[in-house]
Amino acid sequence: MTEGISQPDQPETLEGGSKDLFSKFDDIIQMREGLLASGIEDPFNLVMEKVLSPTRAICNGRDTILLGTYNYMGMTFDPDVIDAGKQALADFGTGTTGSRVLNGTYQGHRECEEALKEFYAMDHAMVFSTGYLANLGIISTIAGKGDYIILDIDSHASIWDGCAMGNAEVVPFKHNDVEAMEKRLRRLPEDAGKLVILEGVYSMLGDVAPLKEMVAVAKKYGAMVLVDEAHSMGFIGENGRGVVEDAGVIDDVDFIIGTFSKSVGTVGGFCVSNHPKFEILRLVCRPYVFTASLPPSVVATAETSIRKLMHGHNKRAHLWENSKRLHKGLTQMGFELGTKEPQSAIVAVIMPDLEKGAMMWEALLKEGLYVNLARPPATPANMTLLRCSLCAEHSDEEVGTILGMFERAGKATGILGQTSDQSEGS
Amino acid sequence: MDRAEVDSKIRTLIEPFNKKGVELKDETTFAGDLEFDSLTVMDFVAEIEDEFDIIITMNQQADIENYGQLVDAVNKLQD
Repeated sequence: MTEGISQPDQPETLEGGSKDLFSKFDDIIQMREGLLASGIEDPFNLVMEKVLSPTRAICNGRDTILLGTYNYMGMTFDPDVIDAGKQALADFGTGTTGSRVLNGTYQGHRECEEALKEFYAMDHAMVFSTGYLANLGIISTIAGKGDYIILDIDSHASIWDGCAMGNAEVVPFKHNDVEAMEKRLRRLPEDAGKLVILEGVYSMLGDVAPLKEMVAVAKKYGAMVLVDEAHSMGFIGENGRGVVEDAGVIDDVDFIIGTFSKSVGTVGGFCVSNHPKFEILRLVCRPYVFTASLPPSVVATAETSIRKLMHGHNKRAHLWENSKRLHKGLTQMGFELGTKEPQSAIVAVIMPDLEKGAMMWEALLKEGLYVNLARPPATPANMTLLRCSLCAEHSDEEVGTILGMFERAGKATGILGQTSDQSEGS
Repeated sequence: MDRAEVDSKIRTLIEPFNKKGVELKDETTFAGDLEFDSLTVMDFVAEIEDEFDIIITMNQQADIENYGQLVDAVNKLQD
């Protein structure tokens, strides 16, 4: 699911009402006004005036620890990465002003794709201008009319939008439910083209998909498999290739989609694959063709970062320690978390309701901690969540500080007392 | 199974989802009258799919707004 905060991942159809085309947004305008009328700082209008490091920024005038940026490996201020970007900016200019298939493929784009092929040990890599465009492009292009897409109901907005943009029949199944997935695959016509879409880590609760079982089932029914590893690249798996590597199924997966805007630390998206005909997608994939390519400085920083991530074993180990420590500390305080055990670098704290969640978010911000507030309808089961994403650059001391902030804010808002009362009662 | 049998089966399946006990007519809408949100729709559709051993794709769901249309669609799909 998405980092999108005010709308569901699955596209909605809004009905028109009066002549004002904006009247269809009245409900959300009202909900927003209601939240702000309670005097709270707008959770969706935060400005970072200065960024000090991957883990620190001045937010709304306050020195703040960042715990909601998906900057998992802390590459945004890596000196080698910054140097590569500066050099490319000087040598190749500020932008390509063109499509990848016309004047927008520079040496740097090729080198970035070479780095991805090495990182994943795969034959082909295609770099898109964002991760969103990578899902939009690959899904809408390869699954056509008469084909079937079988996907997890908690899929990210970019996956849903890829489905909406294409012409395939869309069949969702219950989140991480292998049996529900198999039932649906079994009922589809045997000779139809099928694409199963899964994510390694689901970003709302930070839970991991049972890819070993799911990929085996998909293959049993002759489906191609696409796995979005946006939230695991660089961190999960021995070489940081994601949950597919950790689960030992990377060779059975047809397409891996990823992003440069999380562990890689810049912006952009990609798809890697061993499909022998993969390269044709460069000519037929509209979100690849009909948009400008990434600036040279961006692909240069991405390439350098990806190559450094190949050797990021120590950082990965420290990030796991951070995630485990935060998860354990918050559990011991009495917070309810999205997963029983830490499964990724995301720790989701479940709030009793939106009002309490917004209060807690603001209390944390005033303590000097930024986390993501996620609320219905963007969340599974209409939960309100405070999502924390850890960084390999969070020091042991910072994690300790973060835990102290959570404890004070939890008590001040009454959430800690309340949560433990509830768990005693149930 | 004929249309009447499909209708009666779906009536049984919808009961746990029809929390307000809204009277079911062919023109009863899921979003408006029954106030189904997307999560309820998914669970309800999964129940029907399992019961009739069919698939109702999201593309087909988009054309089903009321109860009568659902019964018609399931009746057609089970053939």
